[in-house]
Amino acid sequence: MAVVFKKPHALTDAILHYCPGCTHGIIHRLVAECIDELGIEGKTIGVVPVGCSVMAYNYFNCDVAEAAHGRAPAVATGIKRCEPDCVVFSYQGDGDLASIGTAETVHAAARNENITVIFVNNAIYGMTGGQMAPTSLPGQVTQTSPYGRDVNHCGYPVKVCEMLAQLDGPEYLERVAVNSVKNIRAAKKAIKKAFQNQLDGKGFSLVEVLSTCPTNWGMTPVKALSWVDEKMIPYYPLGVYKDRSAGKES
Amino acid sequence: MAKLTFQIDRCKGCGLCVNACPKGLLAIAKDKINQKGHHPSELTDPEACVGCASCAIMCPDCVIQVER
Amino acid sequence: MAEKVLMKGNEAIAEAAIQAGCRHYFGYPITPQTEIAAYMAKRMPKIGGTFLQAESEIAAINMVYGAASTGHRAMTSSSSPGISLKAEGLSYIAGADLPALVINVQRGGPGLGGIQPSQSDYFQATRGIGHGDFHMIVLAPASVQEMADLTVKGFDLADKYRTPVMLLADGTMGQMMEPVEIHTPEVKEYDKSWALTGTGMKRKHNIINSLSLDAYELEQFNLNRFERYKLIEENEPLHEEYMMEDAEICVVAFGIAARVAKNAIVQARKEGVKVGLIRPITLWPFPKQALAAAAEKCASFITVELNMGQMVEDVRLAISCKRPVTTCTRTGGVIPSPAEVRAKIMEAAQEGGAE
Repeated sequence: MAVVFKKPHALTDAILHYCPGCTHGIIHRLVAECIDELGIEGKTIGVVPVGCSVMAYNYFNCDVAEAAHGRAPAVATGIKRCEPDCVVFSYQGDGDLASIGTAETVHAAARNENITVIFVNNAIYGMTGGQMAPTSLPGQVTQTSPYGRDVNHCGYPVKVCEMLAQLDGPEYLERVAVNSVKNIRAAKKAIKKAFQNQLDGKGFSLVEVLSTCPTNWGMTPVKALSWVDEKMIPYYPLGVYKDRSAGKES
Repeated sequence: MAKLTFQIDRCKGCGLCVNACPKGLLAIAKDKINQKGHHPSELTDPEACVGCASCAIMCPDCVIQVER
Repeated sequence: MAEKVLMKGNEAIAEAAIQAGCRHYFGYPITPQTEIAAYMAKRMPKIGGTFLQAESEIAAINMVYGAASTGHRAMTSSSSPGISLKAEGLSYIAGADLPALVINVQRGGPGLGGIQPSQSDYFQATRGIGHGDFHMIVLAPASVQEMADLTVKGFDLADKYRTPVMLLADGTMGQMMEPVEIHTPEVKEYDKSWALTGTGMKRKHNIINSLSLDAYELEQFNLNRFERYKLIEENEPLHEEYMMEDAEICVVAFGIAARVAKNAIVQARKEGVKVGLIRPITLWPFPKQALAAAAEKCASFITVELNMGQMVEDVRLAISCKRPVTTCTRTGGVIPSPAEVRAKIMEAAQEGGAE
């Protein structure tokens, strides 16, 4: 018998601090599997955010910098400009990337900065206990939208892939989900491409991953997977939003 | 012929693997408790497992190693 | 020996940084320091370096954080309102023990303030610019030559103590032209085994981080950092003394204010007043010992500042309030004239009888 599935080398042995059923763990693993398969662990530098994945530096075996809230693309830019032969990725949540760090995100994309961005969208602030995120859905009940997100009061969710696709800069934008085996396989393919693009010098590649937050959504982990299908994907359709080398522009 | 190895102390008993198994072979062991205080998941019928790895792919915590 | 050239202060900083081995500059335009960015934009591409105009001061300081994480010498520059935006990044740089140089060519404030020279960011720079328990080395040049020399020194201090360093200049220093020699210093080797360069699969991963959720661990990190601060306070204070040998009145001023003060001191001396100047070159660490020694022989102190009186607090602390300390200050971008400073000196001379 051969081992067909095991923890990738690029993940440390540390037990993840995430809540039971939180799909951050799956996304971490996919990133690590891609690093393993591309054989780039020794030259990869990660940049992790503020939010639930703030301690991701404990989980990746590559070198890691912990960035201030929202600033990961700027930090990654500084690293990449100094170490162009290294593979630099940022791992960011929705509050980090699409709220406080919007400017850094947009401009790293506009510069076509040759980095890989893993954007975890679970439509809520998890670390602080379930507040409304820039990506919380209209009507979504959170701690700071207790009567449901009222778009007349606090506006509409930010669709990151659609927004960035308007820019000439970025190379590759894709939205995936990790709520089923099939979607996870597709997500891995996208993440691997986002890393390969950097190795090929193609530029800014962002993969938005629809993820779950069973704890703050107030549902079981299994129910949370369905919620992604029923509520998130209709608002945030999966697919490639930009793939310049393949001729796909918005 | 397949073999699943569980690192049960990594398991948080979330049940995503149970939900993922196409043959319904996994269950949360209500009678067991791991170091972290969770009921871990387990394979109820090892003979029937074909090693498709769906459970391992859905697992957020790298609990399951699959051989086949 | 380097050739003497006529340069603007801002340009001298930029060229000195390049000579000190800085190949990564990230900035955002703001008056009166934009010449630094413009100079870097011209020079960096020609020497294999990076000039990047960031989307904001916040992004620029975080690019510096990233660059410094890799062990490369990196810097950013701005002026007062922009420096406020960099405060967050500076706290993270201090918390992650990264070396970096930040230039503040001050202008008047608060808020958007003006674009005329000022020293009103003294408190901000010397009191720990961002949140948390930390210090930053602060260097105060008083000539274009010092703009260059202290830039080089700033990079060395940053590497030596793994700390952010700020060059606190002002609009006059940035804009004035003077002859300057830009030296190419020998860059010392510093241990940078902590840097993010990729593990090469040969070592455990390096982590650059300022987060510590364990209070006792965080306390220890801070205590360790303050051990380093103690060394800095012991070894690095710098100041200049001018006509202090027999001085009975001590003027304390830094940067452009010190130059005005010198002029006034010369005039007052002509009128028989025994007055001298202590010019702090490091604002943190503050040259406390020099001030304390002066308090043994001087009857009174006057600080000359381009603010409402900020350094005066450090002077009082340094001399344990043993002598009266008065101020001669202008704010909002106004520079005190030599006549104003002279008048203050004469006033002190009459009161203290120091003639």
